[in-house]
Amino acid sequence: MNESPASSSETPMVRFERVSKRYGALTVLDQLDLDVASGEKVAIIGPSGSGKTTVLRVLMALERIDDGVIHIDGEPLTHMPQGDSLVPADARHLRKMRGHIGMVFQHFNLFPHMSAVQNCMEAPISVLGLGKEEAHARAAELLTMVGLADKLDHHPAQLSGGQQQRVAIARALAMRPRVMLFDEVTSALDPELCGEVLNVIRELGSAHQLTMLMVTHQMGFAREFADRVCFFDAGRIAEQGSPEELFGNPQHERTRQFLRAVMEAI
Amino acid sequence: MPANRTGSAGTSPTGSSPAAGALAAAAILGFAGGLVVSSFAGFRDFLPELLRGAAVTVQVAAGGSLVAVAMALLATAARLYAPLPLRWLAVAYVELFRGTSALVQLFWLFFVLPMFGISLSPMTAGIAALGLNIGAYGSEVMRGAIEAVPRSQWEAASALSLGRFRTLRRVILPQAFVTMIPPWGNLFIELLKATSLVSLITLSDLAFKAQQLNQTTLRTVEIFGIVLLIYLALSLLVTLAMRALEHRAGRRLLRGKETG
Ligand SMILES: Nc1ncnc2c1ncn2[C@@H]1O[C@H](COP(=O)(O)OP(=O)(O)OP(=O)(O)O)[C@@H](O)[C@H]1O
Ligand SMILES: [Mg+2]
Repeated sequence: MNESPASSSETPMVRFERVSKRYGALTVLDQLDLDVASGEKVAIIGPSGSGKTTVLRVLMALERIDDGVIHIDGEPLTHMPQGDSLVPADARHLRKMRGHIGMVFQHFNLFPHMSAVQNCMEAPISVLGLGKEEAHARAAELLTMVGLADKLDHHPAQLSGGQQQRVAIARALAMRPRVMLFDEVTSALDPELCGEVLNVIRELGSAHQLTMLMVTHQMGFAREFADRVCFFDAGRIAEQGSPEELFGNPQHERTRQFLRAVMEAI
Repeated sequence: MPANRTGSAGTSPTGSSPAAGALAAAAILGFAGGLVVSSFAGFRDFLPELLRGAAVTVQVAAGGSLVAVAMALLATAARLYAPLPLRWLAVAYVELFRGTSALVQLFWLFFVLPMFGISLSPMTAGIAALGLNIGAYGSEVMRGAIEAVPRSQWEAASALSLGRFRTLRRVILPQAFVTMIPPWGNLFIELLKATSLVSLITLSDLAFKAQQLNQTTLRTVEIFGIVLLIYLALSLLVTLAMRALEHRAGRRLLRGKETG
């Protein structure tokens, strides 16, 4: 049913196993199966309300799921072993598992009272137990990588949207995650600022063995960057494949409709 | 003139409020100056005695403010994060002290408690009653400020594996602090004005001294003119201090479009 092109004998980095998420009567994720291999870049596209953000949020453990299990590198994220069975994860387990995952939000969500470098130092110091100097060095290195070497001590309000989003990427990377989640990271930005953020993501993709899941409305970027594109509809993956397959020769009417609508909007 | 200091710091957009404060201060000081000249005799005769009363007023206000902040912190922490019974206790405290008048609370502490074997000095009773009363309002202010920090800040911290307490201390409270400064300024002024109630439990505060002098000299206009000015000067001091604090905290937060 869900033949992931990247599936191999190795343990997938991310595995959704019949995951359901409901808000009251509304089923937002409907028995979702999804495997993402280590180092794979997956683009998630689909109409508004189809559950794209929700996939990332349950993976980041910001929302609880109602059914199924999510594994990170073979270890259950939403559950933990107790005796022979799996029980829902407690706060400690969730916090530990979140360490493997970094998330970048649509609206950056930087800490406004901290400078760029402080934003990137807070979690490494208090969660990973890094010393001040070490955390500063790591933060400075990452901010340099995203092109903000001269903005270390600027506060978010003193930075452009594109710069803020790059700080947010550096902040997430400072925790050395193995999986990075991007939720429409350019859609709150002016068009001329998108490029600088996408360039950073491009670079990350080529230089690191990071596994990436990215919700995007930028089909051009998805096509060029992703190893695989998943088209979401009504809380399920309606169609998935390589960018060439999915964009060049979509199999389902729903996918064609969506892609047509997106092309027209541009 | 203390007003000038904060006024000249107004180089940023938020500087307009200290500037307005300085203007108000100047106007009031001018008014005061006029009164000094026109009733110099009144000042000579009554100021020393009234200032002694003002010292008691300041003592009650300062002590009450400390108690208020402490109580507000405790009640807020309990209401948001403590196990149920403690939470109920905190809710009960807030509702009880917001729902009854400060005067009644003061009388309870000073006249009723001794009947249960707990006797407080007038100063202690005054500080405790006003502190408990304002602390209940302060807890509402704190809760509101904490809840006004967007949920997305909690989520960003969560995504970085920060724990709840750490998030509160490092991410949420610094932001909430800035928003709660102006309402706390109002509460401190409320508290200052309410200190006159302690004259009813035998403390010789400013209001008490004024009534006493008035009864013996009948120079009502002069006495209550000076009393008015002293209260006004005290509350102006509170306002200026809170403005300065707000300015500093706001600068650190660098909200809005402010740069450099
Ligand atoms: N906290 C919530 N409470 C109730 N319903 C919610 C909540 N969060 C999301 N939903 C609903 O779940 C559905 C899926 O939301 P989701 O944010 O995952 O969509 P999306 O695919 O990211 O859409 P968009 O492209 O507009 O961002 C929507 O119908 C949304 O209204
Ligand atoms: Mg979304």
